[in-house]
Amino acid sequence: MQVAKAKEEKKYLISVEHLKKYFAVKQGLFSSAKYVKAVDDISFNIPENSVFGIVGESGSGKTTIGRTILRLIEPISGVIRYLSTDITSLKARELRIFRRKMQIISQDPYNSLHPRKLVKNIIGEGLQIHFKLSSEEIYQRVKDILEQVDLREEHMFRYAHEFSGGQRQRIAVARALVLKPEFLVLDEPTSALDVSVQAVILKMLKSLKRDFSLTYLFITHDLAIIDYMADYMAVMYLGQIMEIGSKNDIFLSPLHPYTLLLLNSIPNPDPRKKKKRALPKGEIPSPIDPPKGCRFHTRCPFIKDKCVKEEPEIREISKGHLVKCHFPLN
Amino acid sequence: MPKMRGNLLNISKLKVVFYTYRGIIKALNGVELWMNKGERLGIVGETGCGKSVTALSIMGLIEQPGEIIEGDILFGDKLLTSMKETSLINIRGKEISMIFQEPNAALNPVMKVGFQIAESIGKVKNKRIGKEVYAEVRRMLEIAGLDWERTINLYPHELSGGMAQRVMIAMALSSNPKLLIADEPTSALDVTIQAQILELLDELVKKFGNAVILITHNMGVAAEFCDKMAVMYAGNMIEYTTTTNIFENPHHPYTRGLLKAVPKIGRTDELQSIPGIVPDLVEPPSGCRFHPRCKHVMDICRKDFPPLVEIKSGHYVACYLYGKEGIKSASS
Repeated sequence: MQVAKAKEEKKYLISVEHLKKYFAVKQGLFSSAKYVKAVDDISFNIPENSVFGIVGESGSGKTTIGRTILRLIEPISGVIRYLSTDITSLKARELRIFRRKMQIISQDPYNSLHPRKLVKNIIGEGLQIHFKLSSEEIYQRVKDILEQVDLREEHMFRYAHEFSGGQRQRIAVARALVLKPEFLVLDEPTSALDVSVQAVILKMLKSLKRDFSLTYLFITHDLAIIDYMADYMAVMYLGQIMEIGSKNDIFLSPLHPYTLLLLNSIPNPDPRKKKKRALPKGEIPSPIDPPKGCRFHTRCPFIKDKCVKEEPEIREISKGHLVKCHFPLN
Repeated sequence: MPKMRGNLLNISKLKVVFYTYRGIIKALNGVELWMNKGERLGIVGETGCGKSVTALSIMGLIEQPGEIIEGDILFGDKLLTSMKETSLINIRGKEISMIFQEPNAALNPVMKVGFQIAESIGKVKNKRIGKEVYAEVRRMLEIAGLDWERTINLYPHELSGGMAQRVMIAMALSSNPKLLIADEPTSALDVTIQAQILELLDELVKKFGNAVILITHNMGVAAEFCDKMAVMYAGNMIEYTTTTNIFENPHHPYTRGLLKAVPKIGRTDELQSIPGIVPDLVEPPSGCRFHPRCKHVMDICRKDFPPLVEIKSGHYVACYLYGKEGIKSASS
């Protein structure tokens, strides 16, 4: 019994509770400041050794979540836990150990690498800061990690601009992994790459996760990539989570109309499956002035009176599958 | 006169180069392509394969430091490649229109949207911009699914990406062109907006009967929209056939590799990548440009470039793996 229970209760590496991040924007000289509610009251847990995918359209707040969890930007309220430690209010010095354990790989491999540093130093800088190693040791570790991402020793003495997009993204991965992190935020790591290169990087990320027992927060706008990579996922819309659950639950029985319409919108690479289907109406409203009630109501084909008046609570429909909708689909 | 294989457009042996400080980029290496009236052709391939250069060549928009050094583009019975700029003007925007990836960059930022459409309608129909032309502008905006009263007086920066692309579509179709070239029209848009724009294009093209060349790197978009597909690699057309054939019976090793590399929902097999990287077109590989990445490479692939041959009715492949079959069917 004891064993069975322990198995059931997964250990969460990252827990986020009621996280909020607003950005102030001034629209005119004399108007008072308004806020972009980039992340508006979001809670989720990431089990250890899993891939948690966040999907959403531009402006949904995906990137802000990733950066806030790493405390690269400060939340205005909410709690972020790393295992049992509340890291939301840690001071810079106390945060340092977590900085090593939590790394990020960003979308654009053309801007995320220092243009005037050798690859050796781009990757080795973190080692110097966190482990205070000798230069011989740093050299050895950089060499080893480059092999892990299918680059060679000779690449250590080149600059970032000498590499292709895919190779640069490998360097970014090496830079993150050399610090032996436990948690990686992958923010659209392949959206700047061609499909044949994307396939290489996705496969590599999958096998590195296994080899280094990593936990990923995988941010993307591409549901097909989530399907390939993730165990759990959250669908975001205008700063809020609309639906959250295991990937299989969401793909097989989406509960939120937005999830369904998002799935409908994806062009299917199978010419025999051409079909007419429901699409969301109109465009994404401005996050400065999100619609009252349910934020999706302006585009929802199944809208009812209640959706305009009342904001739905996020609630659990089946085990681990939550939705923020008054009238979830079945 | 080049061979006529389609009754709308025939491109044969098209070679385009760009003269740069780094050397001569051999962007197109003898492209062959043809299409019929009212057809929807998808051109797919990865960055730098020559999709856009092909489109710009058709439009007559290859400018210094680029040059068409060989080949013909025949549009109907007009040989575009030997036309002067003054007569090209009568085709561009009238008989062939184009929409681009970044609709906001394609519009003039300091002119109202309505006026920009009016200007192009005025030019095409040889009319002064007045009431009559503006009535047409309103009609086109409505057709493109926009509320004309709200949009006609907006500047491009006030439009969202989806709206701007609708304006571009309104402008491009206002002359009811025989051929519409859409160069990655939805790549900068979110998926829900992408789906809306594709639906709009589908509806309008059905209504007006225009032929469309859709350039995209997204196999899904091509599958949804196109009847035929052409796959390009490093400046060559390597496979050309119906969309169903491309997806269900691909022949060229590159097409096969590309399809196996695309993540799609419900895919159960492991993704496969194509080893190596796209070649530098300043010094492209000899023979077949795909040979350094091909697992079926033979001696002949390193020496000669395989011609595009018909291996089955309506299925063209440029690959020596199918050489004998191809020659047989071509001679029989």
